[in-house]
Amino acid sequence: MTSPATALRTFNAVLWRDVFVTGRELVPFLAQVLVQPFFTLFIFGKVLTSMGYVGEDYAAILLPGVVALNGFLGALQNTTMPLIMDFSWTREIEDRLLAPMPIHLVAVEKMIFGAFRGVIAALVMVPIGFLILDNVSWPASAWIPVIVIVILGSLVGATIGMTIGTLVTPRRINILFAVIMMPLMFTGSTQFPWMGLEHVRWFQVVCALNPLTYVSEAMRAELVPSVPHIPMWINLVVILVSIVLFGAIGIRGFLRRAID
Amino acid sequence: MHAVELDNLVKRYRKNPKPAVNELSFTVSEGEIFGLLGPNGAGKTTTVGVLTTRVLPTSGRATVCGVDVIGQPTRARQLLGVVPQRNNLDRSLSIRQNLLFHAAYHGVGRAERTRLADDILERMGLTDRAGEKIEMVSGGQAQRVMIARSLMHRPKVMFLDEPSTGLDPQARLFVHDRIRDLKADGVTVVLTTHDMDEAAKLSDRVGIVDHGSLLALDTPAALTRGLPGSTTLSVTVGLAGQDPERVEAALAELSGVERVERIAQGPTGPPGGMPAGMPPGMGGGAVPPEVAARIAAAAASAGPATTGQFRLYTADEPAVVLPFVLKTLGDIGTEVSGLSIGTPSLEDVFIHLTGRELR
Repeated sequence: MTSPATALRTFNAVLWRDVFVTGRELVPFLAQVLVQPFFTLFIFGKVLTSMGYVGEDYAAILLPGVVALNGFLGALQNTTMPLIMDFSWTREIEDRLLAPMPIHLVAVEKMIFGAFRGVIAALVMVPIGFLILDNVSWPASAWIPVIVIVILGSLVGATIGMTIGTLVTPRRINILFAVIMMPLMFTGSTQFPWMGLEHVRWFQVVCALNPLTYVSEAMRAELVPSVPHIPMWINLVVILVSIVLFGAIGIRGFLRRAID
Repeated sequence: MHAVELDNLVKRYRKNPKPAVNELSFTVSEGEIFGLLGPNGAGKTTTVGVLTTRVLPTSGRATVCGVDVIGQPTRARQLLGVVPQRNNLDRSLSIRQNLLFHAAYHGVGRAERTRLADDILERMGLTDRAGEKIEMVSGGQAQRVMIARSLMHRPKVMFLDEPSTGLDPQARLFVHDRIRDLKADGVTVVLTTHDMDEAAKLSDRVGIVDHGSLLALDTPAALTRGLPGSTTLSVTVGLAGQDPERVEAALAELSGVERVERIAQGPTGPPGGMPAGMPPGMGGGAVPPEVAARIAAAAASAGPATTGQFRLYTADEPAVVLPFVLKTLGDIGTEVSGLSIGTPSLEDVFIHLTGRELR
């Protein structure tokens, strides 16, 4: 068997290739991940609050959710889309499937890289949020836990992205957004605190099934602790279980696509 | 040790009851160019897929340089290089970067991979285009880049799947030359193709597969030699006053002649060596009856045929029976005006083994 050192060296080279390519495509990448959340923040956090339809403290609730959403969805899209393209059309991934490392590590690399792009998408959103929104500030003590939550949230997005990317056939790519992405975006408790849904019980249950809810709740638990939220330990347990569960399903799907 | 060894390989895909590869066994020696020939869907690509660790067989064993490709795929990948049928180059990278990253995946050190890339780009005639994006290259160039890329980790066995499909003649010849270079460098080459000329030209040995099974395996020359009744001798003779039936009967009696076919007769028979084409009756359906009647009348008024052409199917080399043919024809007083020898091509062997129906 090949030594773990060989596999690790190959893994790093494959990861480096993805980082190298991202570095050269930075502008299109940022455009892809920033435009949509920018408008979300602007309309809901700025326009609607200044018109008086939404309370002024809403901006403080919205920003942590939008950052969580951007990390989660950024990671998901950046894992799913290249996979669908690779397996159906460009076959570019074949060179890495023929590299001297176990094939499941290629899947792990794709998820780690997808999560990496998600983390960047989330973090770039933070200063933009501060610029657009009034009266929002994050305590310095919250930064380290927030970064950890963003990383974990992006990993959840990437593992779900791997699962979707290996399950959806290319012909179904157009319904992917309508049927999977949109519901994930709007049931992830990103625009509202989950605890506030007690009057819409069925929707609260639906949101509880979306792992993104726990990422958003964890963010708000750190940044706006005064707003009622799901306890941190539950958030972390659900996030970690999701990473392991969807990671395993995603790797299985990847192996099925990679080896006949 | 064999470079490649297949032992009773079986691959059944889930949705297909018929196995894609059915108890296939063969070996490829070190330094050999081995051609895997077969119609579309014969199992060639699946076989190469197993050998290159991309397809898991249902049963059987496969090794590359003694390494079990099923049990130790990562180890095997270090020993083999793959040039796929379709362009799978990294479109986000330049030609040179494709080579460099491939080498990095395989743990080739930075200084060495830079040197190796320059060297291989030069050999493949790609130095001038090294910085270009993959989207800009033509099919022939992409094929060259893929060969260059696969050489970057110095494989011991190279697998080329349909290496010259869709290439123009220049690019084809270039690829053929590079394949010969590989052999000269001691690399074992396994190529799949349905191009007979390519297989005959390049391969030391050819395996013909169909429906996942091996039908024949030998050198191209031995395969064509072994094809029964395909070596032919065509003679054109003057038939002045002769009964063609009598000539045919005399030729058929010769030892070494398996069968005689009368191809054409008339004032000017077709030149010797032309293939039999259609048997006499075959074109009839397309000719309207009144036209056929007029042709028959014209033929009758021209009197008896003056020349005739006969094709002799020989068991051995046509040269062996040639003296006897000439003697017999001289004995019965017919004049020989044309002679030609037809040897079977690999295509005849292929069609003989795999049949004519379309896939």
